Amino acid sequence: MAEMLNVALPKGRLGDRVYDMFEEAGFECPSIREKNRKLVFENEETAVRYFWVKPSDVAIYVERGAADIGVVGKDILMESEPEVYELLDLDTGKCRMAVAAPRGFREDTQAPLRVATKFINVARRFYASTGRDIDVIHLNGSIELAPILGLSDVIVDLVETGNTLRENNLEVIQEIGEISARLIANKSAFKFRSEQIEQIVKAMDIVVENRK
Amino acid sequence: MIIEGADLNNREKAMFALRALYSSHGFSLYRMSKFEAYDLYARNRDFMDSASIITFTDTDGMLMALKPDVTLSIVKNNRHIGDDIRKLYYNENIYRVSPKTHYFKELMQVGLECLGKVDDDCICEVLMMAAESLALISDRAVLDISNLDVLAKIIGSCDVSGEVEEEITSCIGEKNLHGLRKVCDEAGVSKGNTELLEKLITLYGDPDKVIAELEASIGERATGEVAGVPDCSFADDIARLRRIIDAFEDSPLKSMISIDFSVVSDLDYYNGIIFKGFVEGVPDGVLSGGQYDRLMDSMNRNSRAVGFAVYMDYLGKLSRFDGEEVIIRG
Repeated sequence: MAEMLNVALPKGRLGDRVYDMFEEAGFECPSIREKNRKLVFENEETAVRYFWVKPSDVAIYVERGAADIGVVGKDILMESEPEVYELLDLDTGKCRMAVAAPRGFREDTQAPLRVATKFINVARRFYASTGRDIDVIHLNGSIELAPILGLSDVIVDLVETGNTLRENNLEVIQEIGEISARLIANKSAFKFRSEQIEQIVKAMDIVVENRK
Repeated sequence: MIIEGADLNNREKAMFALRALYSSHGFSLYRMSKFEAYDLYARNRDFMDSASIITFTDTDGMLMALKPDVTLSIVKNNRHIGDDIRKLYYNENIYRVSPKTHYFKELMQVGLECLGKVDDDCICEVLMMAAESLALISDRAVLDISNLDVLAKIIGSCDVSGEVEEEITSCIGEKNLHGLRKVCDEAGVSKGNTELLEKLITLYGDPDKVIAELEASIGERATGEVAGVPDCSFADDIARLRRIIDAFEDSPLKSMISIDFSVVSDLDYYNGIIFKGFVEGVPDGVLSGGQYDRLMDSMNRNSRAVGFAVYMDYLGKLSRFDGEEVIIRG
């Protein structure tokens, strides 16, 4: 019997969608659908062990080997740049990382640009590549509030439909990158569990293609 | 004098075992000071992120650093090597910011370097030492070997900006096939070159198999076939990989050898054969090394170099040396 593969899933809607994909790919674990407070679910037949993890922690579990593979948004990979393999784009949880500002915003190039964001490394790297001097304001939520109240000039945040921005008189002024859920693997686990991991990646790739 | 070290932890036992291994193969112990002039790292800013170095001002006003790296010091202190190959090993602590915790850490490294007229025989010997080091640490180990010149040639013929080169190298390091395709598409890389780069992600594992597939798909590419770059042939680079794998032919260590182009390093400093070692149960690579002729050039050394380091702090949890008594004869 194959050794259990540890899979870190992000808690929440994205995680539920992603589990559906694993199930479709043949790596089901029916007990995961039971309504309880359990965090770890295993299926000996398919040799997978799933656990629910805070979405922003998935990459940490995988990088440190507590999970062999995991699913995490590209935004988190861009922000923390963990040393992992990024094996598949699951083409779900899609949105954009973008710079947004109040409608009609005119930049004062004489002063550092005040940027409010959860993604401080993404923001620093993006503006470093343009040579623009910035003042990063690290916020943890409701980032759209910052330019409305004059805390910042612009924000760097995830944009889905753009409705939240529009309703608050903000608009996207620059796109930074496309975001979606990615399947990642611990590099060392990949060396010793490559057959199992390759099997899952191939099966998930078929699910992704079928859903397109 | 015989000392029986029953109180040594596994990391310490591994350290003595590796030192004995290198010493028995004719490598000389090279000792260094904990401190180095900060200037060395400021002058080699691209090699070392000089922002993350612990510095202090010595009593004579000189800005000093707690060593974040061993290789630069060894290169600095070995100026005139001549027609020889200097074979050195070391056991040193370095001081770096952990990419995981973002705090400074003291890290122990044991490693070896060969400087001078380094040829493929020497490189094979160093790889054999790397494999033996891994075998000493664990029964389940993998040594990934790559030839960076293959990647460098393909990227060179893509004619893209430095930023795109870095993105391509990053994707290959992450085995990120979808990311690579996107970067190449947006940068206008030719279909032919994109396919070559994709191969560097999809081809890995059993060395005989990988080399056979490489020879079949790109081995015969000669002048002009790789767009815009005359005399661009991979035949020599693949032949080098073949020679190195052949060196392991009769060795019981052959089963741990793998070819994997996701071992990537800075193309400005490293070249040719580079490698990374993994042991089961440790989430990070425990050994890392390769040729660094370009670093030697940038420090005006008329010499070649190859070496590797073992990251001892990852070895603490391994049970290999549990209950083993260590006897040190000095």
